[in-house]
Amino acid sequence: MKRFAALIDRLVYTRSRNSKLALIVDYLRHTPDPDRGWALAALTDALDFPAVKAGTVRALLATRVDEELFRLSRHFVGDTAETAALLWPDGSGKKGDISVSAAVDALSAATRSDAPAVLASLLDRLDADGRYALLKLALGGMRVGVSARLAKQAFAQAFDVPVDDVEELWHAIPPPYAPLFAWGEGRAARPDLADVAFFRPFMLAHPLDEGEAIDLAAFAAEWKWDGIRVQIARGGSGGGGETRLYSRGGEDIGAAFPELLAAFDQDAVIDGELLVRGEAQGGVEGGAASFNALQQRLGRKTVTKRMLADYPAFVRVYDLLGVDGNDLRLLPWTERRRQLEAFVPRLANSHFDLSQVIEARDFAHLAELRAGARDAAIEGVMLKRRDAPYVAGRRAGLWYKWKRDPLTADCVMMYAQRGNGRRASFYSDYTFGCWSDAGELLPVGKAYSGFTDEELKWLDKFVRDHTTDRFGPVREVEKTLVLEVAFDSIHPSKRHKSGLAMRFPRIARIRRDKPAEEADRIATLKAMAT
Amino acid sequence: MARTAAWLEPHPHGLYVRPADLWIDPSRPVERAAVTHGHADHARSGHHAVFATPETLAIMALRYGVDTAASRNAAFAYGDGFERGGVRFSFHPAGHVLGSAQIAMEYRGERIVVTGDYKRRADPTCAPFEIVPCDIFITEATFGLPVFRHPPTDGEIAKLLAAVRAEPDRCVLVGAYALGKAQRMIAELRRAGWDAPIFIHGALERMCALYAAHGVALGDLRLVGETAKAEMAGQVVLAPPSALHDRWSRRLPDPITAMASGWMRVRQRARARMVELPLVISDHADWDELTATIAEVEPRESWITHGSEEGLLRWCELTQRRARALHLVGRDLEEEA
Repeated sequence: MKRFAALIDRLVYTRSRNSKLALIVDYLRHTPDPDRGWALAALTDALDFPAVKAGTVRALLATRVDEELFRLSRHFVGDTAETAALLWPDGSGKKGDISVSAAVDALSAATRSDAPAVLASLLDRLDADGRYALLKLALGGMRVGVSARLAKQAFAQAFDVPVDDVEELWHAIPPPYAPLFAWGEGRAARPDLADVAFFRPFMLAHPLDEGEAIDLAAFAAEWKWDGIRVQIARGGSGGGGETRLYSRGGEDIGAAFPELLAAFDQDAVIDGELLVRGEAQGGVEGGAASFNALQQRLGRKTVTKRMLADYPAFVRVYDLLGVDGNDLRLLPWTERRRQLEAFVPRLANSHFDLSQVIEARDFAHLAELRAGARDAAIEGVMLKRRDAPYVAGRRAGLWYKWKRDPLTADCVMMYAQRGNGRRASFYSDYTFGCWSDAGELLPVGKAYSGFTDEELKWLDKFVRDHTTDRFGPVREVEKTLVLEVAFDSIHPSKRHKSGLAMRFPRIARIRRDKPAEEADRIATLKAMAT
Repeated sequence: MARTAAWLEPHPHGLYVRPADLWIDPSRPVERAAVTHGHADHARSGHHAVFATPETLAIMALRYGVDTAASRNAAFAYGDGFERGGVRFSFHPAGHVLGSAQIAMEYRGERIVVTGDYKRRADPTCAPFEIVPCDIFITEATFGLPVFRHPPTDGEIAKLLAAVRAEPDRCVLVGAYALGKAQRMIAELRRAGWDAPIFIHGALERMCALYAAHGVALGDLRLVGETAKAEMAGQVVLAPPSALHDRWSRRLPDPITAMASGWMRVRQRARARMVELPLVISDHADWDELTATIAEVEPRESWITHGSEEGLLRWCELTQRRARALHLVGRDLEEEA
């Protein structure tokens, strides 16, 4: 536990992504199985011990520490695991390290009735940092800023294997991932995944440069839908295996969309866009609603009947990566598309439809069609090389995304906050607003990108020279600077006083020439909302 | 029954000693003030007459231009004191910072001790805390919760030096309060054998010189403003906490941000301050020191001021000790702990 405790301690305080990566790489290289596998699972929140919950820890602490002192401390610290780790009496048991795997074994074997005793005997043997690590491992919610993607990259870097392979294998092998480490270290062959609904890393697109024209003889065009990219995989010959729904980062999000898992009854792997059906939120009848509607369904561990009825999800299918036990990824797009068109009718049309190819005479015609697209669920156009296989990641010259021109608004800077890491000494996060009918400035969004380093220096100085008030890390500024803000779309939102929320806002230009009174009005932004 | 120690009145702005017409650590200007130590939340400017240790007076002279030579101000060494209005005052080491004192007062057979801020562990820059038996013990409670247990100082200094040595192309920038913490960090580094120059922010310069003039050896100190960036690689740099993420820090070679404070015990606190290397080093007593001190002094009653009063009050209740909380205003608990 000592090494693991030291690792999460360092990760808590390390802000740079590369440093975090280096810490995990070092840990994976120098820690034996199965400890490192369990540690990796704990870092990516892949562990669950049903018998050990925050309530278990609170109840246990009450047997060792006065409840009032625990309550006061918990209030101050703000985290149950950390409070308990600091309060647990030191030196009550014989010291000596326990391995991560011994702790995992003990916690997995615990029942609701003996969990407090099991936890107590583990805590007794650890110091404060060890106790913190143990409790975080038991309760989840590490808060160390390590995504699944970062963990996979660390694994790939530690053992010098392709990250795409790690992505594929990761989701097919349960913790502590012994076969994965054996393969990584060259002690065993690549694990066989024939019967598993494993994750295939997504093929991604480069943005199309402004003014660049594409030859439609070599590229096919289709709409880019404004939902989330997903993959549905079902493994096992005869379709007898399990079905999984993966997000772009390879996270299994099936629990939030049980209706899709239930409806997908073919032995196949598809790539598509997850959307919500409906016209209420700006979609055409029977078609897709705007991203705002989909957001109601995202990030949930379970889903209610009401949500299923109000926001019915479906997948608009882009690509076919495998079918009936065959891997199609190495085939050219034209051939995959032919098989896809033949395959989609095998799926329930209530939950799956085919993303149509756009018929355009030439690139100019395509540009016209793109400009004329009114559907709120269309984010732009995709261009895919007809002879390209399906390869992981963003490869030059194969796929392009050509988003709709962003919307823009002239807003007034209201507040500024310091950035992180390299930008810690700069005021680089800006909240801006527009004018209400009553002549009041109301915040409409927050942006921290879009400007050059030179512009950042200028903005930082502006904030420092025009501060009118401070609230902790936030500075309020004189309402004099107009920022032209670009954003992909804007939606009604109850979270903000202005009643609006922008998608992907960024600073397009600093409008030093424009007086603040001439910035846009809330009413103008409302008219753009979808 | 007459209230115990009715001659000492707690007010939001300080403790008022009625028979002597004198305030202790008042947070606004008064005619006569006895001051426990030089931190700004205890020593304010603008008092007509100040009674304190010579070191505290020197610190107040440096910070506010208090005229140490003026006859209305008086300096008292540890163990010494004065009498006024029938109250006998004396100053005793508090172990907090240079010159920090507990103030003991005796009136009609009743003795009260005001600790000001204090700590019990060793500090090479000031005299160690002394137990002064008393009837009423007025204690601080900055870390009055059992989550606050400061680890041994040597281990924290070793952590700092390990970080300096691990990344020779970077520097470690330590945020440390300008009075007390900064000089203690320097002295502890010297004690651990670090004899390289230590680079300091301009705001620390005069206080370090004052410490050196009072016989606290700090070794070779250099100003960041007068040093080339490359020269500070692999070195220790000290600055007040407010400068850690200020524009000032851009002149340092890729600094690792550290902070020396008792608050660093709590991870999310350190994270919120964007600290990469938290050093749990405090000039205030931790939970064990606070409770052990009350147990050792064994007063008839404890009065608890500034900090987590409720936690310490609860402990007194659990151990059947008489105690009450005083709510004094203007105590700055954030920066200097």
